[in-house]
Amino acid sequence: MAATNSAGIELQGLVRSFRNPHGPPVHAVRALDISVSRGETVALLGPNGAGKSTTIDMLLGLTEPDAGTVSLFGATPAEAIRSGAIGAMLQTGSVIRDLSVRELIDMMASLYPSPLGVNEVLELTRIADIADRRTEKLSGGQTQRVRFAVALVSNPDLLVLDEPTVAMDVEGRRAFWTTMREFAAEGKTVVFATHYLEEADAYADRAVLMAHGRVVADGPTTEIKARVGGRMIRATLPNADLEVLRGLPGVLGVERHGEAVVLRCSDSDSAIRALLERHGDARDIEISGAGLEEAFLQLTSADDRDDAAAPQEAIR
Amino acid sequence: MNLALTYTRYELLRTFRNRRFFFFSIGFPLLFFFVIAGPQKDVHSLGGSGIAAPLYYMVGLTAFGTMNAVLSSGARIAVERGAGWNRQLRLTPLSARAYFRSKVLTGYLMAGSTIVVIYASGISLGVSLPLSRWVSMTALILVGLIPFAAMGVLFGHILTADSIGPAMGGSTALFAFLGGTWFPITGSGVLHDIAQLLPSYWLVQASHVSISGHGWPAKGWIVIGAWTLVMAVLAARAYRGDTARV
Repeated sequence: MAATNSAGIELQGLVRSFRNPHGPPVHAVRALDISVSRGETVALLGPNGAGKSTTIDMLLGLTEPDAGTVSLFGATPAEAIRSGAIGAMLQTGSVIRDLSVRELIDMMASLYPSPLGVNEVLELTRIADIADRRTEKLSGGQTQRVRFAVALVSNPDLLVLDEPTVAMDVEGRRAFWTTMREFAAEGKTVVFATHYLEEADAYADRAVLMAHGRVVADGPTTEIKARVGGRMIRATLPNADLEVLRGLPGVLGVERHGEAVVLRCSDSDSAIRALLERHGDARDIEISGAGLEEAFLQLTSADDRDDAAAPQEAIR
Repeated sequence: MNLALTYTRYELLRTFRNRRFFFFSIGFPLLFFFVIAGPQKDVHSLGGSGIAAPLYYMVGLTAFGTMNAVLSSGARIAVERGAGWNRQLRLTPLSARAYFRSKVLTGYLMAGSTIVVIYASGISLGVSLPLSRWVSMTALILVGLIPFAAMGVLFGHILTADSIGPAMGGSTALFAFLGGTWFPITGSGVLHDIAQLLPSYWLVQASHVSISGHGWPAKGWIVIGAWTLVMAVLAARAYRGDTARV
């Protein structure tokens, strides 16, 4: 935050389509505006195909937008990269072979104007114990940690992470996010893409919800959670009439799974009262937060109607 | 250029640790030099070429090994692209040009080690030349490798990690065979006409320098120049078409 330049990250009017040899072009990102302040941690949240990775590629200058502009701390992506201000862990990728972990980090450090110390990075990302191992002998989880070290070694002002925990086990995830938070606490800006609402909720200040290449919601994670975090009531109720249940207050939808029914609710408090009043015999009642996919279906169904004239699905 | 040199240090380290590289660029030509040239140590004019067998095969197998060194250095880009490494590098201050320069430089430095090893082997079988002829012959080889360096970068962009092995093996075998690595291509047959259009032929022809003291005829320079130009243009096009996610 103490930096002389107060500008953050500005994505304005970004549009990107891809040619598709088997049909009409794929509109991966359509008219996207996102701004991130310096020091903020923002989650790009959305299901597969929402346009998260394409947005990140444009943010980093790896893909040129068809229209729109990207400004990173007042500079172009290329300028920001040259100054070592950007660190990124891309969604796919491995590391080159025939080097030890230490040599790899050393090599990357040598490319930047003011890198962190190699030992510091090894400690920070908890890979000091495998520093002398050859990169081709690492496990999947270890490779991810090394890639994280590669992203941090330039001591970047902006850290970009595209679904960083996909290949990690539970333990690895926790350790990863702990490191990320330590790093963010130094006033760094972090943008990460995820399709886990819990990750966005736990580690971001703000979430930007994307679907079909657009921003469908943008705000503090608590707000987003309230908006997409409708609840589900599940109860064993063999003889219930689904139509009656659908008419209960606060219920949006009903499904039957064998003897159980699942009620998708906008207001689970009212719904559970009404349900018990009518069906005192309901057993095994569970109330839980709705899955993100479920929430997205809700948010994006309106979006689909807007697109009636252009019904293609975004795939990236 | 500094970043390219920095990166080249690690590239060299990686290449030295790569067994496959050593086999094709040094071990294989070294072995075949002794197997083929050894028994013909005293042949003074190999296949009517006017060149003694040890000298002929020294240059022929140097051509084979160095061609492999510069070609495979560029072709390894395919493996790194496959691992998403090029995208990661684009997020560093190392430019794409510097990365290519580093690949070519690494290829040439490895070609240098091939040259030293095979020349030493040649001397051990009695090859003896004035210093100036060693220098001019080596200079011609280094120039003749330029189209192969560009071809390596091209291969690195049009091939995948899986196809790189067979593609490299096939093309070097063909270039070496038609270039005259294994026996002199002389006379006026179709084979000779085709061979003269290949850069590998002129690599092998560098051995003539040591006899005549003259470099390549105009035809040699034109062939090397044309291959360099075409390969460089194709490599640049392949690079531009390859900025998408792999």
